Amino acid sequence: MRALLTSKWTKAAVFFICLIPLGALVWRGFHHGLGANPVEFIQLTTGDWTLRFLVFTLSITPFRKMLNLPDLIRFRRMLGLFAFSYLCIHFLTYLVLDQSFDFAAIWKDIAKRPFITVGFLGFLLLLPLAITSTAGWIRRLGGKRWQTLHRAIYFASVAGVIHYYWKVKSDVRMPLFYGALVGILLLWRLRDWFLKRRSATGTKLSPQHAPANPAP
Amino acid sequence: MVIRSKSKGDLTYADVTPRGLYMGRRNFLLGAIGTYGAVAAWKRLPSWLAGPATGSVPRPLENVGKSPFSTSEKVTPANYVESYNNFYEFGTGKDDPSRNAKNFVTSPWTVSVEGEVAKPRKFTMDEILKLASLEERIYRHRCVETWSIVVPWIGYSLSHLVKLVEPTSKAQYVAFESYYEPKQMPLAGGGGIQFPYLEGLRLDEAMNPLALRFAGMYGRTLPNQDGAPVRMVIPWKYGFKSIKSLIKIKFQSKMPPTTWNLAASNEYGFYSNVNPNVDHPRWSQATERRLGEIFKRKTLMFNGYGDQVASMYSGMDLKKNY
Repeated sequence: MRALLTSKWTKAAVFFICLIPLGALVWRGFHHGLGANPVEFIQLTTGDWTLRFLVFTLSITPFRKMLNLPDLIRFRRMLGLFAFSYLCIHFLTYLVLDQSFDFAAIWKDIAKRPFITVGFLGFLLLLPLAITSTAGWIRRLGGKRWQTLHRAIYFASVAGVIHYYWKVKSDVRMPLFYGALVGILLLWRLRDWFLKRRSATGTKLSPQHAPANPAP
Repeated sequence: MVIRSKSKGDLTYADVTPRGLYMGRRNFLLGAIGTYGAVAAWKRLPSWLAGPATGSVPRPLENVGKSPFSTSEKVTPANYVESYNNFYEFGTGKDDPSRNAKNFVTSPWTVSVEGEVAKPRKFTMDEILKLASLEERIYRHRCVETWSIVVPWIGYSLSHLVKLVEPTSKAQYVAFESYYEPKQMPLAGGGGIQFPYLEGLRLDEAMNPLALRFAGMYGRTLPNQDGAPVRMVIPWKYGFKSIKSLIKIKFQSKMPPTTWNLAASNEYGFYSNVNPNVDHPRWSQATERRLGEIFKRKTLMFNGYGDQVASMYSGMDLKKNY
């Protein structure tokens, strides 16, 4: 398992798998069209995939620890950047095809409409994470500060779910489903943090018996 | 002698999480992902199991006249109008109704006209088709979700029917009700709105010659997903006012409840006239996307039918009466 996870071929394969949704969209566009409202179809598809990749990215840490597969970390940056890439297509179709680069109208829209505001907020939160995703930036910021900054993904994911929830007219099943996934993944972190804190206090009381790393 | 006291840090084998529980937690996220796949498959299941369609199919309509109310704008391709629908009884996705309404049986069909009228009665589909001469009317149709279409409907003004049943002086409003039968519409439960679908008009709106009672489009009877076998079309109002698969018309003195208003009264009013100056609380109504076009166009007041309908609302605050 370890050899498989650390192989550069696995990484390349995952990269191409992540491109499939984009490829499928382009292929559909050229073969049997994107339906009666192609712009909406592209927006819904890329929005969906942004949320999915955010969920995949957030799943890495819980899976690493629960399955004891630390090498999964090798895929986290790639998945996060794919989330951001699909978000960029999503945002660009809004800028170009919905608003035709009319920046006055865009600002009005962002300020006035909560579902656009919270979606834009999610984009703004992810932008610095995409920029500082390189090894050079981790070095420049220092691991601790870098990690703190990248916790912004928690808020971006919540913003994405709220954006979806406010966008739909009455059928909230899918937004609630993504909300539940993001909720589980964030609660897991809360529990992990809580357990670590408790074991830290435990260590003070009885150093020789406290388990070194209680969170599996 | 060393006396060891049991402190908080002491763990015994009794404290070890049973392997079963540990594994259960480990599998929890895997389970969540599996659930996602199952939900996706479940949504498609009805159409997979459906087999060949057994519902009613459109047939050509003959002796259809022309109408001066028609627009000369380019008609939206029929396959768009037949594959991109809001008909929540058959699912909430735009492509759900065309898939799930295939087995919708719309024959025999009667429309009951009742309430404050001198001559209440039930109409069979044959009677409806022969009640007045059929006209083709090419109308703009604007959805509250900011997409629009141009459709060659076939039907006649609702006023023909209203005159036939003779409303009494108490009749101020007209309530409309859609067919609802959970056995024919198993997906209706997930839509987040109540059924049967209800709509309504003021009596003068119903008498406006533009308000149409429709039995067809594109030269044929209505496809199931577009509201077969008989529906309303109110071209100066948002699309959800144009009730589909109509079974009941009731004349009454009180303003009738309407489905989307019941679901979110701050977003969908009783009037719901197309109005680029009054935004939906969550999105702008200033522009719309015509199906088949990439860039948006400006939305027209009363969807461009102001000459025929604006006088009905003179003196009314349309920001309040959205």
